[in-house]
Amino acid sequence: MVPVTRFLTHSGIWKLGGTAFTGARGLQTSAVNRKVKGDGSDIVLIDGVRTPFLLAGTDYASLMPHDLAREALLGLVARTGIEKSIVDYISFGTVIQEVKTSNIAREAALGAGFSDRTPAHTVTMACISSNQAITTCMGYIRDGVYDVCVAGGVEFMSDVPIRLSRKLRAMLLKMNKMKTVQQKLSLLSTFRPGFLAPELPAISEFSSQETMGHSADRLAAAFEVSRQEQDEFAMRSHKAADDAQSKGYLSDLVPVKIPGKDIYATRDNGVRISTKEQMAKLKPAFVKPFGTITAANASFLTDGASACLITSEKTAKKLGLKPKAYLTEFVYVSQDPVDQLLLGPAYAVPNVLKRAGLKFSDIDVWEIHEAFA
Amino acid sequence: HLQFELLKVNTLNRETMQELSQRMQELKNDDSVKSVVLMSGKPKCFIAGADIKMLAQCKTAEEAAKISSDGQVQLQQIEDSSKPVIAAIFGSCLGGGLEVALACKYRIGMKDPSTTIGLPEVMLGLLPGGGGTQRLPKLVPLPKALDMVLTGRSLKADQAKKLGVLDAVVDPLGPGLKPQELRNMEYLEEVAVKTAAAIANGSIKVDRTKKPLLAKATDYIMNIGFVRDKIFEKAKGQVMKQTNGLYPAPLRILEAVKTGLEKGSKAGYKAECQGFGDLAATNEAKGLMSLFHGQTECKKNPYGEPKRPAKTLAVLGAGLMGAGICQVSLNKGYTVLMKDVNYKGLARGQSQISKGFGAAVKRKRISRMDKERYESNLIPSLDYSKFGGVDMVIEAVFEDLSLKHKVIKEVEPHLPEHAIFATNTSALPIAKVGAVTTRPDRFIGMHYFSPVDKMQLLEIIATEKTSKDTIASAVKVGLKQGKVVIVVGDGPGFYTTRILGATMTEVIRVFQEGEDPEKIDRLSKQFGWPVGAATLADEVGVDVAYHVGNDLSEAFGDRFAAGNVNVLKDMVDAGFLGRKSGKGCFIYDGKKTSGSRPMNNEALEIIKRYRLEPKGMNSDSDLQLRLAGRFINEAIMCLEEGILRSPLEGDIGAVFGLGFPPFTGGPFHFVDSFGAEKLVNKMREYESVYGKPFTPCQMLLDHAKTGKKFFPDS
Repeated sequence: MVPVTRFLTHSGIWKLGGTAFTGARGLQTSAVNRKVKGDGSDIVLIDGVRTPFLLAGTDYASLMPHDLAREALLGLVARTGIEKSIVDYISFGTVIQEVKTSNIAREAALGAGFSDRTPAHTVTMACISSNQAITTCMGYIRDGVYDVCVAGGVEFMSDVPIRLSRKLRAMLLKMNKMKTVQQKLSLLSTFRPGFLAPELPAISEFSSQETMGHSADRLAAAFEVSRQEQDEFAMRSHKAADDAQSKGYLSDLVPVKIPGKDIYATRDNGVRISTKEQMAKLKPAFVKPFGTITAANASFLTDGASACLITSEKTAKKLGLKPKAYLTEFVYVSQDPVDQLLLGPAYAVPNVLKRAGLKFSDIDVWEIHEAFA
Repeated sequence: HLQFELLKVNTLNRETMQELSQRMQELKNDDSVKSVVLMSGKPKCFIAGADIKMLAQCKTAEEAAKISSDGQVQLQQIEDSSKPVIAAIFGSCLGGGLEVALACKYRIGMKDPSTTIGLPEVMLGLLPGGGGTQRLPKLVPLPKALDMVLTGRSLKADQAKKLGVLDAVVDPLGPGLKPQELRNMEYLEEVAVKTAAAIANGSIKVDRTKKPLLAKATDYIMNIGFVRDKIFEKAKGQVMKQTNGLYPAPLRILEAVKTGLEKGSKAGYKAECQGFGDLAATNEAKGLMSLFHGQTECKKNPYGEPKRPAKTLAVLGAGLMGAGICQVSLNKGYTVLMKDVNYKGLARGQSQISKGFGAAVKRKRISRMDKERYESNLIPSLDYSKFGGVDMVIEAVFEDLSLKHKVIKEVEPHLPEHAIFATNTSALPIAKVGAVTTRPDRFIGMHYFSPVDKMQLLEIIATEKTSKDTIASAVKVGLKQGKVVIVVGDGPGFYTTRILGATMTEVIRVFQEGEDPEKIDRLSKQFGWPVGAATLADEVGVDVAYHVGNDLSEAFGDRFAAGNVNVLKDMVDAGFLGRKSGKGCFIYDGKKTSGSRPMNNEALEIIKRYRLEPKGMNSDSDLQLRLAGRFINEAIMCLEEGILRSPLEGDIGAVFGLGFPPFTGGPFHFVDSFGAEKLVNKMREYESVYGKPFTPCQMLLDHAKTGKKFFPDS
């Protein structure tokens, strides 16, 4: 429930949305790492980086989304010191797709100077899209299709595609087929001012017609999580993020030079320490007038990107790369989109532990990705 | 620190009203209480209305009026309370329930499908006697208020919020730490309590004079005397058009609303309680309440739980009927195989289903996702390859015995042992249809009425060989499909078609006697039939009427020999099949005529060829009673013969399947209130002229002789 972003898992290696991962840290094949075979076929994470996460509409505002993904890729190459040519495959996750770069992984890879012979694809699965990119690559490696993969994610809320209305689109498409001026004019005569109303990207779920925040507020009420508890947890999250920032723990962050401006983005700009009283003052954002989710205990709309390098243990050894972790198990779950939209982790955690043969107490650190406290 | 008091109620009778009143009095005197929340102690039901038994037991108009005026006083106490009373509504909030809520200062509703808000009294032949006719028009625009109170239509929570009946809605919670319904009750209570506190301390202001400009403008216009008069005039015109003045309730409702607006609350409340008292004592109210009771009874399965409830259905034939049966099954959790002979047939059926659900999406009764999911339960099939997993087949092919036999023989080898074969027919005796079945104990008739998604009735026909478990299973399917179910014995025309057939032969005879279709339509509508008798023949189809008429006269002989069946035959030969062919008794040229349609002169010519001399039984009331008498006598004979199990089912079948005037309560109820002896006398009169068709059946004679009633309690 770290308030990172509302929509995505950028640097999603350990993050849990509807996915759960288990992995053994530090390459020690101890008793808890039952899933590690040790024959060189295990999949390892070499390293991962992310851009600073900025509030939508701030310093990144004039970029395009693939620019951010490109920065993450370049950062990863710099961090790991690999030759770009050793990367066999690239996958990125994204939620709201920029129409101009529908395969954003490929555009970012080309822009980052990867070989034009390196295939790339883009996946989407709401908040866990970049996890999906990672596990897709794991599958390729396990199947022996590719050896070295880069997986990442990008989201860019500063600019989202707003479409012409369907009626106007239909008219414009028809216009292409009209040959004579007269035909064109007669088609134009069917134009109505109402056609100009734009179509905004839906912020509500297509299936339930409910926004995520509204659903989360109902979920909190169903589990009787009070406003105070949510405010306190949000304060804790901001405090922890602030600590990590000031103590330099956020080693996955790579500074980004803002194109067109003579500045670098060097830190996440959405961390804000506020007092209990300040938080308590805010009005609920979704369920009015007595809901519990506010702008303060929910995450902000964010721009950011991430990328990580994964391969098999034996390839890592061959290339002289030192992994940070094994990637051993994962699971995706889904449930009722109306009443349990945000309850994924609760189902995924026991499931993945069972698959890995681990107990809750075997895990030292949990990171659960969630937009609402 | 704010205090509140929670009152929990869910039924309305003398005792609970008394108790509510007493508690209100106590709270008034309790200084520690600042506001009150009124809610039900159980989920999914706020207050479902006044106790109907209590109303039905009223002997006189005065007694009923007293109930109303007592209620008015008690609810006024809530309205006048200096401490704000907040209604928290989760579930049915109907009739008296809504009237209680309307007396409160503020209304919060749970946005759950179970929450329904309305004043359905008119459907029981009553008016809202607890201030509903006075408070609702003050809260919502007059035309909307009149619509609610005159049609009895109920609203979902969000509609009620939009209209202003509810002040706030609460979205229900999903599963969590506690049982879902319980937690939702708590949640509603939490919100209501916070609201009550906020209203008491002034942080939420309830100011009903503050309205959007448009609403203000409407209000202003409504207050202009002649505009208001126009609205009432129009509403009255509509009521008269729809009811032919046969239903007193809507007129008294209009009167009460009008009095309140014109002469002030005091006069309005008085008109309301008098109207309530007078209406409660009418035969119409008694008839409608009896129907309501019957409808509730016919929503139960007296045969108990089947051993193996059907999960997968197969419907043979994707025509109007077949696709309709599919539609009402798909949204109830059934997987449905729809079988037809070609893609054209399947596509037509699928379009019909999709259109049906699409209309529900448009009216916001279901979501788009619901529609998609329902339709995904349909398996369109051109062959029988998937019939191995079918629990019940409902055959809806053309009404032709040899075709039905062919289909049964073709399908049965593909079915699992336990599967039930149900045939949908309106007249063919089930035993005859089932002559070729290999599973007589699992063979049954299910007579649906068209259009299936609108008509409430399902007539289930059991043969002597049909097992109890098969009946239980068929009733269960029908109930799940949302039907009002009657179970009848096998025989020509079973129950509904047989009594309609008897009436139709009389219709032909009166045609032959020179009465034209327009007049017969007018007279039957005046009697209370929702559709005129001549139009009904066109709707059913003249060809169908001919076939059925032929079969029935073969089976019942002289008793069904009234009009000459050849009239129908000649019409069929001339292509006058009714609405579907564009011509029948009337002409259907696609033009929507607001008044009556033009009569088909060519059909009149045919009828002239069979001209009969009238025999002096052709006054308006005689014509009406000749038609109704044949209908009723045949219905009673069905009870006598054991085709019907009870008069209640007979009433339900006649009203919900055929449209017998609902305010009478059905043919059996009609006999009770009209008087069996009086009816017998009329029948004897007709019998002396027309013979056997009017011979009263033994049971009717017995009732006339002993004064026995079909419904001794009402």
